[in-house]
Amino acid sequence: MNLKRVRAIANKEYIQIIRDPRSLALGLLIPVILIVLFGYALSLDIKDVPLAIWDQDNTKASVDFILNFKNSEYFRIIGYYDNYRNLERLLNYGRTMMVLVLPKDFSRYLYSNQSVPVQLILDGSDSNTATIALGYAQSVVQQYNDKLFRKSSQTNLVNSQPISLDQRVWFNQDFESKNFIVPGLIAIIMMIIAALLTSLTVAREWERGTMEQLISTPVRSSELIIGKFLPYFAIGMIDLVISVILGRFVFFVPLRGSLIQLFIMSALFLTGALSLGIFISTVAKSQLMASQMAILTSFLPTFLLSGFTYEIFNMPQAVQAVTYLIPARYFIKILRGIYLKDIGMFELWPEATCLMVFSVLMSRLAIHKFKKKIL
Amino acid sequence: MAVIKTTNLTRKFGDLTAVDNLNIEIPEGEIFGLVGPDGAGKTTTMRLLTGILDPTAGEGWVYGRHIVKEAETLKDNIAYMSQRFGLYEDLTVIENINFYADIYCVPDSERAAKIEKLLGFSNLTPFKERLAGRLSGGMKQKLGLACALIHTPKVLFLDEPTNGVDPVSRRDFWRILHNLLKEKVTIFYSTSYLDEAERCKRVGLIHKGRLLRCDTPEEIKKETGTKSLEEAFVSIIGEYESAKSV
Ligand SMILES: Nc1ncnc2c1ncn2[C@@H]1O[C@H](COP(=O)(O)OP(=O)(O)OP(=O)(O)O)[C@@H](O)[C@H]1O
Ligand SMILES: [Mg+2]
Repeated sequence: MNLKRVRAIANKEYIQIIRDPRSLALGLLIPVILIVLFGYALSLDIKDVPLAIWDQDNTKASVDFILNFKNSEYFRIIGYYDNYRNLERLLNYGRTMMVLVLPKDFSRYLYSNQSVPVQLILDGSDSNTATIALGYAQSVVQQYNDKLFRKSSQTNLVNSQPISLDQRVWFNQDFESKNFIVPGLIAIIMMIIAALLTSLTVAREWERGTMEQLISTPVRSSELIIGKFLPYFAIGMIDLVISVILGRFVFFVPLRGSLIQLFIMSALFLTGALSLGIFISTVAKSQLMASQMAILTSFLPTFLLSGFTYEIFNMPQAVQAVTYLIPARYFIKILRGIYLKDIGMFELWPEATCLMVFSVLMSRLAIHKFKKKIL
Repeated sequence: MAVIKTTNLTRKFGDLTAVDNLNIEIPEGEIFGLVGPDGAGKTTTMRLLTGILDPTAGEGWVYGRHIVKEAETLKDNIAYMSQRFGLYEDLTVIENINFYADIYCVPDSERAAKIEKLLGFSNLTPFKERLAGRLSGGMKQKLGLACALIHTPKVLFLDEPTNGVDPVSRRDFWRILHNLLKEKVTIFYSTSYLDEAERCKRVGLIHKGRLLRCDTPEEIKKETGTKSLEEAFVSIIGEYESAKSV
């Protein structure tokens, strides 16, 4: 392999990207649009989380506590109830998303320096919204706790967590391990950008006739493919940075795990996805065909079968089996691991291995399949 | 020794035989003109000889390299200008030339002088920074030639290079070709202009994939008793068609 040729192709591709605002827009705006779109869809949902309350204590202290939820723009109190049967019905019919039960001895507990167990029941079926709603509930309680604790000199309070939330999730028990949307979006964005843009760039050369010229030169398939690969790899990584930053500020998704691991794993996935794009273009020699095939083979399976939109364990057995063939499945699992739980390579090595196999196989296949022939 | 040689070279597309048992031998330093009506098989022949399309049957060698088994090393010695403009319209003239210089690994030490010479020859120097897509038809073709010549090929394949090119650019073009012939470059030239065919050392008349005649223009005219190549070709094709319908 001749690095000079690789550089020449990469440089040419770079110039073409810079001069074609459409492909640049596609590459850099899609992630922004997707994230903002999903971001708004979510934040609209969670502005007024319906909240039902059973205040068994009904003292000044308990009303004061409830006031914090009432004043929060994230919750909308739909009513006060005094028995479990009614609350259960509300949850069952989806009339409320959250139920708060304050125990009978709320104020007594509070002034006796014991933790008050406030029960919080959550409908977990819309897991993304529920996750965020729970986060808000926790922060409201935390603020209340902090406020009480700051005043502790006057109230002789020594317990730093006067209120403890006793959380119960209904309908979706494993709610805690539920995804956040951002890690999933990163996989989707990378897959679309990578597969679509690379398949388009090769198809464009066939369509415009520049490929016929290029394949009559001694340039090697591997040089050509790697050269084309590099600028799009850079775009993919920039998209990752955009996604992480937007995710942080639109979704308030903190990145708990290692940034380096995130980048290494993404690079691995990106390599496979870019190779898939090149592989597609060896079959589809027009841009229209290439984009359709890219959407069909990369975007749709990633969107539907990776666990992003639908939970894998809810799928029919046969479909579940198919999901093992979707590289994004492993990538999303890794992303969630890194993002939400700060688990690293040590725990995620099976998924990392699958990604490795995917990208090695795919890139070998792309180079092998790309023929310097007209037909 | 022949620089280009084929034996029964054949390419089929389904039922259609685009190139039918082609046998040619072209010595070094010759300019060979391949002439034929639309769809005769000129482009297909070019693609077979440049190693970018595999034949269905038969064999061929270019500069000693087999067109299938050694297709990649063959490409070191040749240059091919496809019928359709094959350069990047969104790159400038100089960017295109530099790109092909990189692809052919032209050493930096020779590059500047070579580019200057090629641009000068083709009168493209003032348009160095212009996007290739903004060039006129004639300038595009001269740029194509400049890119093809950047690595000093031994064999040059030109597929209807002056189609739709104005007379002035055509003259530039042929002047460059004559200089190449002095340097013993072998040129395989396809054209539908018979005045251009007239300038070739030998011409091959191809029709429906078959090479009907292959000789010097003078010899073909003498043999058919005609005054121009055009008349000669009309008569040869007519003869072929009537023989077939009998
Ligand atoms: N990829 C292909 N698939 C199917 N048929 C093809 C293909 N390429 C060429 N042909 C057919 O082969 C025949 C020869 O085509 P070719 O392009 O070689 O002709 P040509 O002499 O270059 O014509 P023109 O003067 O129009 O450029 C034509 O009938 C054409 O339709
Ligand atoms: Mg042609």
